[in-house]
Amino acid sequence: MTPILEARGLMKRYGKTQALAGLDLVVNPGRVVALLGPNGAGKTTFVRAVATLLRPDAGTLHVDGIDALRKPAKVRQVIGLAGQFAAVEEAMSGRENLEMVGRLFGLSRKEAKAAAVTVLDQMQLTADADRLVRTYSGGMRRRIDLGISLVGTPRLLLLDEPTAGLDPGSRIHLWDAIRSLVVTGTDILLTTQYLDEADQLASDIVIIDHGKVIAAGTPAELKTRAGDDMIEVHVRDADDLPAVSGVLAKIGHNPRADLPQRRAYVAVDDGSSGLMDTLRVLDSHGITVEDVSLRRPTLDEVFLALTGRPAQTTDSPRQHARA
Amino acid sequence: MTDTYVLAPSPGVPRAAVNTGAGLRVSSLLVAGRMVRKFARTPQLIVFTTIQSALFLFVFRFAFGGAIGTGGSLSYVNFLVPGFIATTILWAGMGAATGVAEDVEHGFIDRLRSLPIPRAAVLIGRSLADLALMVWSLAIAAIFGFAVGFRLTGSISEALAAFGLCVLFGFAFEWVFMVIGLVGGTARAAQSMGMMITPLVFLSSAYVPVKSMPTGVRQFSEIQPVTPMINAVRGLATGARGAALLEHSTGYYVGLSLAWAAAIFVVFGLLAFLRFARR
Repeated sequence: MTPILEARGLMKRYGKTQALAGLDLVVNPGRVVALLGPNGAGKTTFVRAVATLLRPDAGTLHVDGIDALRKPAKVRQVIGLAGQFAAVEEAMSGRENLEMVGRLFGLSRKEAKAAAVTVLDQMQLTADADRLVRTYSGGMRRRIDLGISLVGTPRLLLLDEPTAGLDPGSRIHLWDAIRSLVVTGTDILLTTQYLDEADQLASDIVIIDHGKVIAAGTPAELKTRAGDDMIEVHVRDADDLPAVSGVLAKIGHNPRADLPQRRAYVAVDDGSSGLMDTLRVLDSHGITVEDVSLRRPTLDEVFLALTGRPAQTTDSPRQHARA
Repeated sequence: MTDTYVLAPSPGVPRAAVNTGAGLRVSSLLVAGRMVRKFARTPQLIVFTTIQSALFLFVFRFAFGGAIGTGGSLSYVNFLVPGFIATTILWAGMGAATGVAEDVEHGFIDRLRSLPIPRAAVLIGRSLADLALMVWSLAIAAIFGFAVGFRLTGSISEALAAFGLCVLFGFAFEWVFMVIGLVGGTARAAQSMGMMITPLVFLSSAYVPVKSMPTGVRQFSEIQPVTPMINAVRGLATGARGAALLEHSTGYYVGLSLAWAAAIFVVFGLLAFLRFARR
């Protein structure tokens, strides 16, 4: 099977910034792949290279088996792109935008009309199809923007932060639309700063930092590989928290306390024996606990363990990083 | 060399068809069609520049005009209006530069560049639409000119030739503004860069005879491309009286301005394509 995306040793430098530092990644068909990484990690640069908008300084890049450095025009026949901005013409209706891009993808007038109807339905915009886009809400703009990249049925759809700045309802809406694409033969490569988005939406997660892939796999694999099990203790009385942290520090590593939530947690190598030890020691100290649990690490914790930095939080201001 | 991460496929998924993409003619027309709709549905893009240029004309015609001598038997209004119409090209062009920069800024250009169409189509389509807008602006400027008292003293065919020359020159200058828009990258930057053009407008024969200028400024005015174009347009539109003010024949200026237009088109057209193709 031809990989939909094959990058080997990709390099790109902007002045003093090494945006891509030998990025290696092979993606096979049928997946929704999320690129996750701190700001400036090289996510957008990578997506722009795949979209043939920039040329890497070194390395090879194949999209659906096509050499993106030698035959960028061929690559453009199999990709769709929706960037960080909703790149739609505001002075045209949703339908007009779709029909225009459909025809640019090479559809006849009739085919473009039909494709527009399908996409409008898929994006649940049929009722607003003939209003000018400048009257659309933020969520509707994002949906029409995503729809525009779909009128030509790309094999690989590139989405650069598709839900940045959207309210939760609109995000879930957009996720559903994105998921539905894979069954029609469109693979997805998306960048995101939201861990929950990667967790909910992606079949694979690729963590990028300093222009390189530092981990990749399904969300479950990543959690298994990168993070140990976590023991989490909730106490009834916040005054007990320091004592609990002290106990946990002896059982596992990187203990952390969360005062407002009255909980402390620690990563352990062996979950079940660690849990037994925790219970025994807490009991011998006479500390009353509300709840003790053994759980898999969250993606946040995986991310922190791998990059040494916490992931961006959901309510952080939007970055207009342009590579 | 680090390990390459290979992600497993999902079995049995269909493959989407390949998009062939539209050809140069169809994609250029589609891009132009989008611009025309944008202009038609966003009147504020045109209305304010139109009002601005009308005010400008009014000020020169009625406030400054009385103090400016043409140095010949040509009345000031007949001197002014051909220059005013010709410089409309530059004012309209600055709007075009801002428009291109906005498309860069908002990712529209990137979207078009990621589609399976000839990249030239984006620039050609844009220039066609801007040309249509320029013809419209020139027509409005001509109407204003007649409204403030301009009268043709040459033949109708010469006047039409003058208009045609403006359109041709406008098309060539569009590529200058296209480059400004692409290089500027943001509407604000493009607007500032576009303002660099204003010396070409004022240090020309558009509003005052260059003879009245000090030597250095006068030399600049005479060698820069806008002056020969204005002289050609003025000579054609005002017949013998206008031609009498010129150092050379009207034909000489027509030839010179055509040469300038060709040179500007070739140089800036190439720059625009190179800039656009760069990645």
